[in-house]
Amino acid sequence: MEQKKLAIIATKGSLDWGYPPFILGSTAAALGYEVEIFFTFYGLQLLKKDLDHLRVTPLGNPGMPMPGGMEKWMPVLVTALPGMEAMMTSMMKKQMKEKGVASLEELRELSQEAEVRFIACNMTVELFDMEPSDFIDGIELAGAARFFEFAGDADICMYM
Amino acid sequence: MADFDEELDASGLNCPLPILRAKKALAGLDTGKVLHIIATDPGSVKDFEAFSKQTGNELMESKEEGGKFHFLIKKA
Repeated sequence: MEQKKLAIIATKGSLDWGYPPFILGSTAAALGYEVEIFFTFYGLQLLKKDLDHLRVTPLGNPGMPMPGGMEKWMPVLVTALPGMEAMMTSMMKKQMKEKGVASLEELRELSQEAEVRFIACNMTVELFDMEPSDFIDGIELAGAARFFEFAGDADICMYM
Repeated sequence: MADFDEELDASGLNCPLPILRAKKALAGLDTGKVLHIIATDPGSVKDFEAFSKQTGNELMESKEEGGKFHFLIKKA
């Protein structure tokens, strides 16, 4: 049986949205898929060596459950107050730890161990003046055509 | 529960960690050897069925005991 292929485009750079590419990428690899993840725009944040800067924000996110069901009555403007983002980020991290959810670093490492390939979009790296040396090892810098070389033959392609 | 060759305690770990750890543990076993996995994530019941179907490693047993889930997987 020919090996199945999964292509993922990761475009988001927040603590919550950092999870789907690494969860699905690592799981697919464990199931025997060949996996490539193309990181572009804010998704490039997920490649930085240190991921402590990733945040989750309640602002503009009406679907985010908050302690005690606060999201049901809290005015949207309150979610924009200084400190809200930091508070929600630390609460989310604490909750994840309690529920046995892996850290992003761990899932990323497991993905790489399972030979998931990471590609950083060269254009957005330059656009944002990012330093490839800030990224973890084993990243390929390339463009859209390189993504299609793999995605064109993929069984599943996901945009996140 | 039947005999097994190696044990993996994935208690307290949530999706997809039990599967990822199991995959790693199986990689270190010879064909025909049996891995016993203990998990507390209720989602792992369906996940190990799906893992077995897709990877060809036989799920010999799957049961709940004392609030934990136990799986026996034979390396293909």
